Amino acid sequence: MNWADTGGGWSWNPVTDLQQIWAFPFMVNAFRAGTVVAVLAAVMGWFMVLRRQSFAGHTLAVVSFPGAACATLLGIGAGFGYFAFCVGGALVIAAIPRAGAGGGGQESALTGTVQAFLLACGFLFVALYKGFLGGVNSLLFGSFLGITTVQVAVLTVVAALALGVLAVIGRPLLFASVDEDVAAGRGVPVRALSVAFLVLLGAATAEASQITGTLLVFALLVMPAAAAQQLTARPASSLALSVVIAIAVTWTGLIAAYYSPYPIGFYVTTFAFAVYVLARTGRTLGRYRTVGAGAVA
Amino acid sequence: MSTVNPAASRHVPAQRAAAEPPSPVVSLRGAAVRVGGRTLWSGVELDVGAGEFVAVLGPNGVGKSTLVKMLLGILPPAAGEVRVLGEAPGRAGHRVGYLPQRRSFDASLRIRGTDIVRLGLDGDRWGVPLPLPGRFGARRRAARDRVAEVVELVGASAYAHRPIGECSGGEQQRLLIAQALVRDPELLLLDEPLDSLDLSHQGAVAALIGRICREAGVGVVMVAHDVNPILPWLDRVVYIAEGGAVAGRPEDVITTGTLSRLYGVPVEVLRTSDGRLVVVGQPEAPARHTDRHAEGGRRELG
Repeated sequence: MNWADTGGGWSWNPVTDLQQIWAFPFMVNAFRAGTVVAVLAAVMGWFMVLRRQSFAGHTLAVVSFPGAACATLLGIGAGFGYFAFCVGGALVIAAIPRAGAGGGGQESALTGTVQAFLLACGFLFVALYKGFLGGVNSLLFGSFLGITTVQVAVLTVVAALALGVLAVIGRPLLFASVDEDVAAGRGVPVRALSVAFLVLLGAATAEASQITGTLLVFALLVMPAAAAQQLTARPASSLALSVVIAIAVTWTGLIAAYYSPYPIGFYVTTFAFAVYVLARTGRTLGRYRTVGAGAVA
Repeated sequence: MSTVNPAASRHVPAQRAAAEPPSPVVSLRGAAVRVGGRTLWSGVELDVGAGEFVAVLGPNGVGKSTLVKMLLGILPPAAGEVRVLGEAPGRAGHRVGYLPQRRSFDASLRIRGTDIVRLGLDGDRWGVPLPLPGRFGARRRAARDRVAEVVELVGASAYAHRPIGECSGGEQQRLLIAQALVRDPELLLLDEPLDSLDLSHQGAVAALIGRICREAGVGVVMVAHDVNPILPWLDRVVYIAEGGAVAGRPEDVITTGTLSRLYGVPVEVLRTSDGRLVVVGQPEAPARHTDRHAEGGRRELG
């Protein structure tokens, strides 16, 4: 799958390299779809990390696999399966009471139970549909090949809708995420916002996992947001930074996958992980420096 | 800290003058509350005027926080009449500032203190604030100035830009008071704001609340475990015991006679040499409570 063999190799000139990559329409579509998915996943992931709902996000990512398998088994488009299972899963998680400190453990256990059961169902669907095994790999780990222009258009519309809704509910959602009691006291519909956010997260996951695969969508949801929140505590800046990191790791991942025989998911995840490690290290060093300066002063 | 109080200069002439004759900020007439089919307390009579500081006292689990929730309109009264700023509870909106029972932010939460205060100002509005020029720019500046002003008022300017999870308990509590104050409320509902602060911080935060109450004319209803840090500022106390309650001036309520009648068992109120009040023999409420404090049994003198 080393596409560079058909053209030239890596030239260390980004302009010629990108020109060379974009000479292929499927690569252009891959960059478009990747960018849309990166923006959506980064924004949703930012709220997810802030709300401490990474486990719920992981569960939604995982249940997209049985969704796609079920749709394939029934002979309908995999996209329907992704959306049905992810949004359905979001509603199930939303129905689990999200109480304070005491309810956290119960929430995790119930969410995990749902996740494990649906994962097993996915495996059953794959077994029932015998000729399907070759597709499991790309369901789990994604593929950037063969993304059609129609798919890109659908992705863009869904992403625009999800981001539009998030823009409207964003500020009360932020309030409810960091300060639930006061937000409720101010009349913010905390419960409804929590359900709405999980449904949006489900839709975003369903969309992104069609490109990144169900195992790696979680990387794009959690890593850019976690790295950005390490780097700055300003909400607007860290949200923007999260989007920039997500786009950067997706593009570099696509370029690396184009020039090498290894899967894109590995590159995207590795680059995102590297950014997180750098952010974390930088913050720790920065804190030591501040403490040191304080001791001297 | 500024000597001219911004909240006072902004609000008092406009709103208080219009509210002549001065109606009570909070008024309870024969109020009772039921939680889970059990009456926590009943027959509470209370008036809180503008600029008055009222403490809600009593042992753990008798429904002190429930009183605050009723004033917020989260829980309906089972009997009697409750008015908050002349309206039914929950209707007065941003004219009421609320500080819930002690919560500390997760140490890894990466949001600045000023952002927390800012959310108190406009966090319940829909839509995203866009960096637009013109009228919206002016509104943004006004919001930023208001946040800076109220942060200065509570003396939190030095650490308001730090992530809130890295602030100490006392610092977080000052920022949360700023959040409750940022919309110029006429009534502050505070649920154990001094709980889990060390003694010196308790005194400082109590003094801050007392000063805001006096200077800005804000009515304060504060649930407290220990009356002593706030005793110098108190106008009135409501003492809740299982089933009943008694309200009045602290020197009339926190006495051996009144509390013994309230509890139905002989208790004794002692005054230490430095003026602190100690209640001896106060019965503890039964342990099955829905609104018990998360941290539980830290029993103090009320």
